[in-house]
Order: sequence, then C-alpha cells, then structure tokens
Amino acid sequence: MAENITYRQALHDTLRAELLRDENVLLIGEEIGAFEGSYKITAGLLDEFGPRRVRDTPICEEGFTGAAIGAAMLGLRPVVEIMTINFSLLAIDQIINHAAKMHAMFGGQVRVPLVIRTPGGGGQQLAATHSQNLEVFYAHIPGLKVVAPSTPADAKGLLATAVRDDDPVIFLENLALYNTRGEVPDDDHTVPIGTAAVTKPGRDLTIVAYSRAAVIALEVAHRLEEEGISAEVVDLRSLRPLDRPTVCASVRRTHRAVVLEDDWLSYGIGAEIAATIQEGAFDYLDAPVRRVAAAEVPLPYAKPLETAALPNAAALTRVIREVLDATGFTPRPTPGRTRLGDP
Amino acid sequence: MPQILMPRLSDTMEQGTLSRWLKHEGDQIHKGDAIAEIETDKAVMELEAYDEGQLTRTLVTEGTTVPIGTPVALIGEDVATESTPTPNVTAAGTASLAEAAAPAAPPAPPIPEPPYEATAPQADSQGEVRASPLARRLAREHGLDIEAIPGSGPGGRVVHADVEQAIADRGAPPAAAPWPAAPGPAALSPSAPLRRRPPAPTPAVGEEVDEIPISRIRLLTAERLIHSVRQAPHFYLTSVVDAEPLLAFRAETNAYLGEHADHISVNDLIVKACATVLRSHPELNASWGCTSIQRYRRIHIGIAVALDDGLTVPVIHDADRKPLTEIAREAHSLAEKAGTGHLSIDEITGGTFTVSNLGPYGIDHFTAVINPPQAAILAVGAAHPEPVVRDGQVVAGTVMALTLSIDHRVLDGATGAVFLADLKSLLEQPLRIVV
Repeated sequence: MAENITYRQALHDTLRAELLRDENVLLIGEEIGAFEGSYKITAGLLDEFGPRRVRDTPICEEGFTGAAIGAAMLGLRPVVEIMTINFSLLAIDQIINHAAKMHAMFGGQVRVPLVIRTPGGGGQQLAATHSQNLEVFYAHIPGLKVVAPSTPADAKGLLATAVRDDDPVIFLENLALYNTRGEVPDDDHTVPIGTAAVTKPGRDLTIVAYSRAAVIALEVAHRLEEEGISAEVVDLRSLRPLDRPTVCASVRRTHRAVVLEDDWLSYGIGAEIAATIQEGAFDYLDAPVRRVAAAEVPLPYAKPLETAALPNAAALTRVIREVLDATGFTPRPTPGRTRLGDP
Repeated sequence: MPQILMPRLSDTMEQGTLSRWLKHEGDQIHKGDAIAEIETDKAVMELEAYDEGQLTRTLVTEGTTVPIGTPVALIGEDVATESTPTPNVTAAGTASLAEAAAPAAPPAPPIPEPPYEATAPQADSQGEVRASPLARRLAREHGLDIEAIPGSGPGGRVVHADVEQAIADRGAPPAAAPWPAAPGPAALSPSAPLRRRPPAPTPAVGEEVDEIPISRIRLLTAERLIHSVRQAPHFYLTSVVDAEPLLAFRAETNAYLGEHADHISVNDLIVKACATVLRSHPELNASWGCTSIQRYRRIHIGIAVALDDGLTVPVIHDADRKPLTEIAREAHSLAEKAGTGHLSIDEITGGTFTVSNLGPYGIDHFTAVINPPQAAILAVGAAHPEPVVRDGQVVAGTVMALTLSIDHRVLDGATGAVFLADLKSLLEQPLRIVV
C-alpha cells in the first residue's frame, strides 16, 4: 500500500510513528510545540505526546543542541529541529566538536544517537543569510552522517533510519520541497543511509544531484528523453557516507557526467562528486565532469536576481548539451516520433 | 561587451585561421562590416560583425589558428570603460548565472573573484595529443595510435566517437562522400594532420633546406589526392580531337557577342560539351559508394583552378542546362574569386565531374588525378598545330589531346571509350554543343 502525500506530511507522519514506536524518542527545537513548527512539520505532536516528548526551547541553538547531545549520550533519541540550516552555525561547535567526536574520543564508550533536522535552500526571497546550502560543512566531518532526501518516500525512509541510527545524523530538508508530493509506502519503510538511488536509468549521460536539485535533474532528464537523449539520474540521498560505487558505476556506463548542486561551486558537493568520478571511472570518461551550481555571490534578495543566481533546469540543460556536443553525440530517434517520410 | 567568436563557416570546419584583420582596435564597427578574413580548410572568407560598437580588443593575432567558438575580438561602447584583460569565458555551468547575478553585487565587491575557466583549453598545434580517458583506453584496446586519430572535441580532443570512427574506418573501406565536404576516411579531417608529429626531414633543415610551412589549401590538396590515388584504381583513355572547327566556332561566336558578354573560352566549350555528353552517359556522372554506385541525377562540372599554393575546383552547377554564355560568365567570375580566395562553400562543393585544362600553359598532353569521390576527370591539352592526315593527304592541322582518367571501380574501358568518342564527335561539330 502506498499513499500520495507531501514531503511535509511524510516527515510529520514519520516523526509521529517514531514517537509511538520508541518512548526514548523526543523532539526538541524552537517553536515546534505550541506553534507547531515554523514549517508545520510537528503539527499536533505536542498535543498528542505532551511537553516531555515535544520540547519548545528558547532561541538558543547552541544550548538546545548541546542538551540534545547530552540526552543522546545518556540513552535518549532526540530529534532536534533547527529552523533553517543557517541557524545551525550557532550550534556548529556542538555539532562538530561534540556530537561528531564523542564516540571516537571516548574510546567507543558512548554513542550519540541524535538527529538534527534542518531545511536549507534558497529561492524563497529570504535573503543571503537565510538562503544558504551549508550541508557541505557537515558532509566534511567524519563522525557525522548527512542525508538529503528529495522525495516524500525517501524523506520517510531516511528519517526513520536516522532516528534509529546510533550516530549523529544531519537530516537536510529543503524549503522548496515541503509541498512536493509523491507516493509513500505506508508500511515501516526505511532507506539505508549511504545508498544513492538511480531515479531514472539512462545511457548517454549521468546527472548527479541531491535534495531539490535531484527533482530538477529528474525533470530535465525526462524532457531530454523526448529528444532522444537518455540521461541517467543519480539521486545521492546521502552526502556522508557517500555512495561512490553507484555514482561511478553509472558514469562507467554513460561516459559523461554533470553534477547539479544548489550550493556554491567552489569546494562544493559537486567538487567531491567530480573527484570521486575521476578516481573511480577515469578510464571511462569521454568528457570532463561538469558542475552546475549556484552563482558565487551572497544570494540576492530581489526576485529576478535570486532566480538568476540559483542553478535551474535551463542551466543544467545547456551544460548537458555542451557535454554531448563536445563528444560528438547524436540523439537517437525516439520510438513513436518518427517523421513522415523517414525510412 | 559582445564577443566575436570564430564562426563555423563550413560543415567540416573545426578551426579557422585569422589570416588578416580588416578592422583594428579602436575602429567603429557597424553591423555587416567585414572585420577580418578567416582562412578555413576550404577558402578564405570574411568575418562579418553582428554587433555595433567600437572594436575594443582583438584577442588573436594574424595567422593564429583557433577552434570554432573561440572569442577573437570584443566589441564595446568605449575603450575607456573596457578593462577586461581576457575574454570573459567562465564556467559554462555558472557563466550566465554569474553574469546575471552580477548587478546584485555591491558596486565594489570586497573580494572580486576571477571568472572560473571550465572550458577546454585551446588547441595547441605542436603540443600533446588531447584525448578523453575513454578514447585513450578504447584506442589502446584496439591497438590504435591515439595520435593518428583526428579529434572532434573541444580544442581537437579525441573523444569516444572519434575512436569508434577510426575503428570502423580500419574495418571497412571508407564510404564515398560529396566532394569536398567530407572526405571518406576520418584521417582526412583537415585538422588532424596538424596535430601529428611530422616525420623528420632527411637532410638537416638549415643551410641546405628551407622549411616551407604547409598552408591549409596545400594540406587539403595533398590529402585529397592521396585519398584518390590510394582508393580509386585509375585508367586512362586518350583521344586527339581536330580542334580547327572548335576554334573557328569560338572565334565566330565571340565576334558575334562583341563587347556585350564575357568571351567564350575553349574551356567553356569543353565544359558545356562534357555536360551535354554526360547527359547521355550517366555512368560517368557517378561515385563509388562501397555498397552501391551513386549515380547523380544532376550534372555539376568542376573546373580545376591553380592557386599560388594548391588547387581549387569551383563548380558550375547544372552545366548541362545552362547556355554557353552563362557558363562563360560563371567560369570567369569563379576564376576571379578563386584567385583572391573568396569562393563560397557552395561554389566549391557538389561537383560530379571535373575538367582540368593545362592548354593555356602549352601542355600537349597529360593525365589528371581523379577528384574524389567523382568517377572521372578530363585532362585537356593545348590546341596546337600538327601534321594531320586528311583525305589521304598529310596537311597542317590543329589538334587537341583529351585524356580521360576513370575510376575503374565505377566503370570499365568500353563505357569510357564511348563517352570520349561522343565527346570528340561533339567538339568536332561544335554547333551541336549549342543546339
């Protein structure tokens, strides 16, 4: 059985299911209780589970993140909501120097089964400080796991896995995805951390993306299919650990790769993917790996400028065409679209 | 700041040489102005401006060869406002985004970041072979020399498709292709030989030997002729024509035309005669196509024209359907353009039969190399006085030797002989050429 629900609903339902499943699970964050969450992910949960399980906090990211780390070390399974990834900067010392390090520095005596849910992404006219894609900060850190689902089904499956995982997991959401819909299995659906998904198979080129960009990549790939271009889409789903074998296996088949990422180009996720491909599929590459990323500016507030600075389907399509052109690619005729007069 | 890019001026063009700047930095440019001459693999053509403004910078020097799409100049409003030291080639993935977002940046960004270059480096004619890793691996697995494979990717990079082509070429004889748009084997790509390391000359270059750079037209001529000699088994048929009636007819016609039209040359008459005879001998108006013989329905006669350094073959299309005066006018104009290197692509493509005439140089008789993928070429010698036997008497006459070179794959001796006999008969009764 599956139902068609929003990404937002999938997150809500999964949090509720985990609260029901394990009494050690608790939610903690700003405005998640009485206000039901800035993005209404936690709607109704305070009423259902009470203030011991659904904890409103002051505006103090370092404080409540640190408290959650301590609770996790003592056996609880806190799910922290940080209103946007931009505010996680206030808690970054707790995340990087405590959550990520405890298990190693204490000789394996403690685990930190913590989830930090936080949305990233621009495009909502929230201006430069509230529109960032800082996931690469966390994906860089050994000791953390970072997941970034693009579909409601993966949101459910990865959130359930993250809550049950014994290590700290940064769970990246995206403001532009909350209202997207998709089929979600209504059983106890989980997705292993560290596994990418080929969301569309293809022969001619691999598009690698995650989160919102994976949705755009899929749209572009379907559109190109009508022109006789068969693009494969790899949705990373996990940024750490990174599913390098799936990425490299795809590029070994297609010989061409383009990365679409919402973060900035320099030192971004795409840089890691490009490095992964040249390490794992060098002899199979027919063209340099190309990256389509955000313009390297603080994201403008003005709508036309904001739109122009973010990577989009048109930019991805253009770069794909450039890669194909550079390798002498000719689209194959699509079945059913043969023109009159063709043999 | 509009960039002027190296244009693609022919189907096979991969790079072009900026042979001469017609406008210079600081000149005012109007749409349609010719700003430079570009030498392609086929011809010299003018580069037209599509933008208005001042030519603020030229980015390549005369004689430089760059891949198509490479910026060669910038047009702007005013030199003073232009401080960009290099063309603004940025990462394709972010170029338009960065440009579009630029106005959002504060007037003086704290840390201006240089544009990121993700585009392929320019072709380096003397440097290492550029090849994708996949192309290298495939070539290695098939025992092919990557250096010998012409690259079609950016900057001449050898890509997978090029190696696949090379493998296919090795396995099967090259397919015939329309002259001169696409030489059959990929190895004939005009960009390829430049990247190969030339064999070292036997005597040391220096005191005893002058090294002459090979022009594109020389290179293309060489490649085409090697292709023809290697692929097409030639045989030759010679016939001597009584040229007196032809010369008389020409004199009479030109006297009639007076000053009102281009005078008709012997060659014009031969072109028209060939076209007329080809109509009834379509076997010669054909190409070897490996799996089939391609017989052309239209008759386009190429005329070999000597250049200072090489050979070009402008084409008179549908010569069988054009009056003699029209052929004369076209031939005259094509020869002039050939001399200045300004033939258009249309004017040098599509030929189905070629006439090569060394008569004006006083040559009595010669054989010509077939112009691939055509099946035949006619070599025309000079009309010259010779003793001839007429009515059993040796008398002074004027004769002209015609030698037909034929691709034996396409047709045989008897067929060629009948064609040549008919051509001789027509030339000896020249009124039949025009009626």
